[in-house]
Amino acid sequence: MAVYASILDLIGNTPMVDVSALSPNPRARILLKLEGQNPGGSVKDRAAKWMIEEAEKDGSLRPGQVILESSSGNTGIGLAMIARVKGYPFKVVLPDNVSVERRQGLEVWGAEIIPSDAAGGSNGAMRKAQQLAAGHPDWWFPYQYGNPANPKAHYEGTGPEIWRDCPEVTHFVAGLGTSGTLMGVGRFLKERNPSVQVWAVEPPVGEMVDGLKNFDEGFVPPIFIESDGYELLDRKKVVGPRESIEWTRRLIDVGVFAGISTGAAVAGAVKCADEVDTAAIVTLAADGGWKYLSTGAWTGPIDDVVARAQKIIYF
Amino acid sequence: MPVDVRIPTMLRAHTGGAATVTVEGATVRDVLEQLVAAHPALAGQIVTPEGGLHRFVNVYLNDDDIRYLDKLDTKVGEGDTVSILPAVAGGS
Repeated sequence: MAVYASILDLIGNTPMVDVSALSPNPRARILLKLEGQNPGGSVKDRAAKWMIEEAEKDGSLRPGQVILESSSGNTGIGLAMIARVKGYPFKVVLPDNVSVERRQGLEVWGAEIIPSDAAGGSNGAMRKAQQLAAGHPDWWFPYQYGNPANPKAHYEGTGPEIWRDCPEVTHFVAGLGTSGTLMGVGRFLKERNPSVQVWAVEPPVGEMVDGLKNFDEGFVPPIFIESDGYELLDRKKVVGPRESIEWTRRLIDVGVFAGISTGAAVAGAVKCADEVDTAAIVTLAADGGWKYLSTGAWTGPIDDVVARAQKIIYF
Repeated sequence: MPVDVRIPTMLRAHTGGAATVTVEGATVRDVLEQLVAAHPALAGQIVTPEGGLHRFVNVYLNDDDIRYLDKLDTKVGEGDTVSILPAVAGGS
């Protein structure tokens, strides 16, 4: 093994494992890329690193400048780790309804947490961060939903790694949050092989954000629009908390301890496997299971766990 | 054939508080037209006057977003559920 000069050099190059034992179709392989192996513990280390380093290059982020972002946890943790290593103070607008470990994971790196109302979810946290950023032009606001460095991290990193490790890929299935992973990986894979199908999986997110008065308060990430997401995606499936937790538990049978959104992604990959004849489906485990132990996801009675999961943001 | 339509919280004031409305229809467009016929206050809220889906509305046929199926022409069948949800920023 090589010795790395910085922990930040360990971001990316994550391993992929065959979990076809979970596939309902013997001719459809399912391969899982383990993003929890990143040093900050999630796929979001990639977007965090790309956003910070692109801003350093173009001069919009200067030494010692305050960084402000909204996050339900993982992007915040990635930014907080990198900000700590590079010496930037970091503030994060965090919805009240995230697991306690996500909050603790931010505190580890010295992030200053600015709470936002649970009813508004990630949407509300984003609006609050936008208002704060407008009032503090001296702070740097990465704005993960609109920053092209977010999909670029996946176009230059995750996508080429998948192509290198699994050139026979026929489908890519991943969770839709900012859309950065799907847009970056999807574009890269389709440029290499236009027949690759790109499927998005999301929780019933609109159902959980009940603070909205009308549809005009809705939101589609600018990076999704700029990446021509409506054209790039081939399917979008909603996967609810029960199914997500059931698949998070089944992953334990193949030795994968992953977060609840991975259960949702695998549920999507399984639906895909059910519809196709022959396939190599690549999906992605956004993080490990550590941050969800307090939810009882693996051990509690399933109805209790589902009830708890409906109150937290696990994507 | 009868199809259940799930109404988001923000629109329930227009459906007399109902979270689910059952209407007839062979496509998602039919279903949404019948929904508006039954609850006229919903006119223009889901489908725009130009006949497309409002940009911040997601409509699902069971677990599939219809934008990636046949959009409003997506066929519906007995026992299907159509869900209307606001498009919002997701976790991350």
